[in-house]
Amino acid sequence: MNDDPFGFDTRQLHAGQRPDPATGARATPIYQSASFVFDSAEDAVGLFNIERAGHVYSRLSNPTNAVLEERIAVLDQGVGAIAVASGQAALHLAISTLMGAGDHIVASQSLYGGSHNLLAYTLPRFGITTTFVDPRNPEAFRQAIRPETKLVFGEVVGNPGMEVLDIPAIAEVAHAAAIPLMVDATFVTPYLCQPVALGADLVMHSATKFLSGHGVVIGGLLVDGGVFDWLDSGRFPTLSETYEGFHGLNFAEEFGPAAMITRARKEGLRDFGACMAPMTAFLILQGIETLSLRMARHMENTQRMIEFLSEQPNVLRIHHPGHPNHPDHALANTLLPKGAGAVMSFEIDGGRRAGMKLIETLQLFSHLANVGDAKSLVIHPASTTHHRMDASALAAAGISEGLIRLSIGLEDADDLIRDMKAGLRAAAKEAQS
Amino acid sequence: MRIQVNQQAVFVGTGSSQHDPHQRTVVFLHGAGMDHSVWLMPARYFARQGFNVVAPDFPAHGGTEGQALTSVEAMAEWLTAVLDALGLGEIDLVGHSMGSLVALEWASRHADRLHRLVLLGTSAPMPVSDALLDAAATRDRDAMQMANQWSHSSQGLLGGHAVPGMTLYRGALRLLHRTPEGVYHLDLSACNNYVQGQDASAKVSAPTLVLMGEEDKMTAPKASQQVVDLLQSATTVRLAKTGHSMLSEAPNQVLDAFSGFLLAE
Repeated sequence: MNDDPFGFDTRQLHAGQRPDPATGARATPIYQSASFVFDSAEDAVGLFNIERAGHVYSRLSNPTNAVLEERIAVLDQGVGAIAVASGQAALHLAISTLMGAGDHIVASQSLYGGSHNLLAYTLPRFGITTTFVDPRNPEAFRQAIRPETKLVFGEVVGNPGMEVLDIPAIAEVAHAAAIPLMVDATFVTPYLCQPVALGADLVMHSATKFLSGHGVVIGGLLVDGGVFDWLDSGRFPTLSETYEGFHGLNFAEEFGPAAMITRARKEGLRDFGACMAPMTAFLILQGIETLSLRMARHMENTQRMIEFLSEQPNVLRIHHPGHPNHPDHALANTLLPKGAGAVMSFEIDGGRRAGMKLIETLQLFSHLANVGDAKSLVIHPASTTHHRMDASALAAAGISEGLIRLSIGLEDADDLIRDMKAGLRAAAKEAQS
Repeated sequence: MRIQVNQQAVFVGTGSSQHDPHQRTVVFLHGAGMDHSVWLMPARYFARQGFNVVAPDFPAHGGTEGQALTSVEAMAEWLTAVLDALGLGEIDLVGHSMGSLVALEWASRHADRLHRLVLLGTSAPMPVSDALLDAAATRDRDAMQMANQWSHSSQGLLGGHAVPGMTLYRGALRLLHRTPEGVYHLDLSACNNYVQGQDASAKVSAPTLVLMGEEDKMTAPKASQQVVDLLQSATTVRLAKTGHSMLSEAPNQVLDAFSGFLLAE
């Protein structure tokens, strides 16, 4: 339900921003300043002691970043958000705010390679372990939850398997255990899916991707839906008990629905320091202003590509929830009625050799490690983004040797199809040679 | 902190203050469907200034147990019980919206215990539209959405929160959503049914500050002015481009206004 007073297109342009009070500038100015002068000694004390609102130092907050943060929070139906250096920084910020050594995460096994690496290999060194489960099986999530579990995590649309996370079902499992559900909504953006409205508690984005659209910055966003009751849960001492790092502040008692996002800023952003540069925030805002227009076009082109690939003899399987044969097609139609995103993958006859030939032949699709650009992109996950996963993890994530991942851009669909047709022809020859 | 009042657990926000009977005390009363967290910044300010800060959650709000109180008069009596439980004598009293009515009623009964009074977003009477009351009676969430829209200025609806990264409209809505079903209707009904506000206003002799949001559609400045005209010693501050949700829309201006007033001697 949209219970916001303004429609999506209006919010993507205006939310969180007022004409600059100093100059009247209509665009959001880039406040390229490390720090901000206090009005008085009393003002300084008030800002540090959370008595007054304002900015102190750009690692903690910045006026340009604040517009981006409020805008994404409004679009995602959250109480607040934090802009950070990358999507990975957003994931780390959420985890480090909620838990410590000895705690546990239950996560989908179909994750972006960087996220999988963080959970599977890096965080265990710090005492935080993860159990990976089939994203299509809510019961598997339930069975993996332990007394020390603090978070359930998945991607709205899995990378690169394109599984659709049944957010309401997984949220029910998490909430029954008094645990929040966090989802990575990078592939869908708030235009296609607002996970908080479906039951998720925390949302993270790599803003590098579709939110920006231009592919010129690296950035991440963490959104707190403000629904989860950290006090009632009893599992989150970082929020429900006093924090000596802020003179005995109890975040859940003092900040209510905004407890988590406030602690993330007051501790995680302050201490780990993965802040976003204001120039980056400005560039992401430029992208968000046209998000709905771009995403609609992304989805039109994706649908055309799905239809084209469906008719090609050397395409063995198409992974996109928009394809009628995809196991999550019906779920996607329910949860993602505007489309399941412009990232798709397919398996080509001829395995790795044919796949590499296809990639080398494509002219309009750029071969690189990214998604969500206005330009169309292609990559071979098994040898690049997911190369750190072993064979069993690759198989569990549905990544075969012949899997090709596409990020469909905003070019003319006919041109993209012509380019793909040439690539598939070359790949077929390679497979027969 | 948690205290017992009438055999019920009551949550009291303190702004991290350490209670000392020798210190001045400032009491903050929240509005309909809200809780102590709306007073976060002023509570912390006055705690640092050496006040005892008492920001109680009314029964069935925030961290306080029990059944919601159904009249402003009952809330005023309950406030006395809270203050007695804490062993507090003279206080400064600050109320927002429904809390301002409770403050007025309490002030009219306890002139001997009141030092200064601050009313934010007030009117007496405080009529609530039939549309809002009807919605609250059957569809809490619809009523909260309706009231939340009316509580923000035109710009506030689009955001521009002074606290970095926070949302105005959604933040208020999430807090309202924490209110148990049926309580919001009781709160609004208590405001609507309180008919003694003008008599109470006329009895208040303590210096009083009234803050008005120039774009307040819930308690319009004209209605607030009628309270001012009845009070024996009142000053006003008008907040430009601000609606009824003045604590979140203009937190620094609100604090500047009433900190100056309460600290002035």
